[in-house]
Amino acid sequence: MVDFAGWDMPVQYTGVVQEHELVRTAVGLFDVSHMGEVEFVGPGALEEANGLISNDLTKAADGQAVYAGLLDEKGTFVDDVVAYRFSPERILICVNAANVEKDFAWMQAKAKTIKPINRSEDYAQIAVQGPAAFALVQKLADRPLDGVGTYRFIEGAVAGVTSIISRTGYTGEDGFELYVAPERAEALWNALLDGGAGPAGLGARDSLRTEMKYALYGNDIDDQHTPLEAGLGWIVKLDKPSFIGREALVAQKAAGVQRRLVGFELTEPGIPRAQYAILHEGQKVGVVTSGTMGPSVKKAVGIGYVPTALAAEGSTFHVEIRGRPVAARVVKTPFYKKG
Amino acid sequence: MSNYPEDLKYTKDHEWAKKSGDHVVIGVTWHAQDALGDVVYVELPKVGAKVTAQESFGVIESTKAVSELYAPLSGTVVKVNDDVAASPGMVNDDPYGAWLIEIEPSDAGGYDGLMDQATYVKSLS
Repeated sequence: MVDFAGWDMPVQYTGVVQEHELVRTAVGLFDVSHMGEVEFVGPGALEEANGLISNDLTKAADGQAVYAGLLDEKGTFVDDVVAYRFSPERILICVNAANVEKDFAWMQAKAKTIKPINRSEDYAQIAVQGPAAFALVQKLADRPLDGVGTYRFIEGAVAGVTSIISRTGYTGEDGFELYVAPERAEALWNALLDGGAGPAGLGARDSLRTEMKYALYGNDIDDQHTPLEAGLGWIVKLDKPSFIGREALVAQKAAGVQRRLVGFELTEPGIPRAQYAILHEGQKVGVVTSGTMGPSVKKAVGIGYVPTALAAEGSTFHVEIRGRPVAARVVKTPFYKKG
Repeated sequence: MSNYPEDLKYTKDHEWAKKSGDHVVIGVTWHAQDALGDVVYVELPKVGAKVTAQESFGVIESTKAVSELYAPLSGTVVKVNDDVAASPGMVNDDPYGAWLIEIEPSDAGGYDGLMDQATYVKSLS
């Protein structure tokens, strides 16, 4: 067990690689109850929440979730979040565990008419991920889930446990994230295990998301980097009339983005790790933000910030590993592709 | 299950050593691979390199962590297990079969000064 934002979390149950493979080939369960939830309720909830995030909830349907940046005035990340639109009068924002206090204080300070409610204590969350996840959850659900497409959600019961059933995840596989009352989480977890899923820990969660180049707050994105730099331009809707950070991003786009978060693989032996320097012609030009030996791609892959001139696919640079420059090349991401 | 052969010597850094004629073969213990988790990368010295007792001679990386490898004895590397460098998971499958390096010790008496099996197992509890 490790301490993760004040939560005791298992890095692994049986082994990182075995759990990673389980999620890629069958179905794994992640206890992600540490994630926080902040709710906006009442007339104007949609407009209030939408003014705080970079993506556009007004373009989403009820029952749809959007991935978004919670940005500050500099356009850099306070957090990355998933916002659930139940209705124009109820928006639930799922935030990173380490950022719950900060995000909630930020939203309280910035919200104009609707005051956010910290619901983090009211929800546990279990992620059910893998090609067999749909069949498993469907078998236990009290209603058909066929109509619940990617980034859609409904409310229902799974194994008799009232849940928000969300077709979302952080692995690159099909699956659901189930939000339930904490006192019912164990019953649901056990029912999913009995249904054939295996438990997976933080280690596999990290290798799975890294193979997809999904950003991890604190590693790949933070309050020093904008979505445009992080390759997340698609979650920034500059045509929205206003949201916090918009002016800074408009200016950054006009001036040109100077550095970019790229995916690379090593072309010499080694494993890139967060905080290793990225070198070009002997000079430090960037930094690795995540890296691993990808269990599915079977390559040493990494994510890091480089100057825009080195960001194109095929660009080469070096990663400094224990004082030694190791060759790397920018590749297409996600690193892992199905089939 | 945990496994510590009686015919090996051990270090507090969880390396094992085994006499092979005048040479000593070195690897990591069952405990080391268990604590590391899935081993995905091993960086070893070249044949002819000098290693120094209690100093790093290489690196072992798992999905979870990067760890130094410490030499039980000083000496000169005479063989390197390239199979393990190519398939690092061998360290998990069989930590005593997956030897890392073989050295010619510079101090012939050093080997006997290493921990025996009983002392090492006791140190783990």
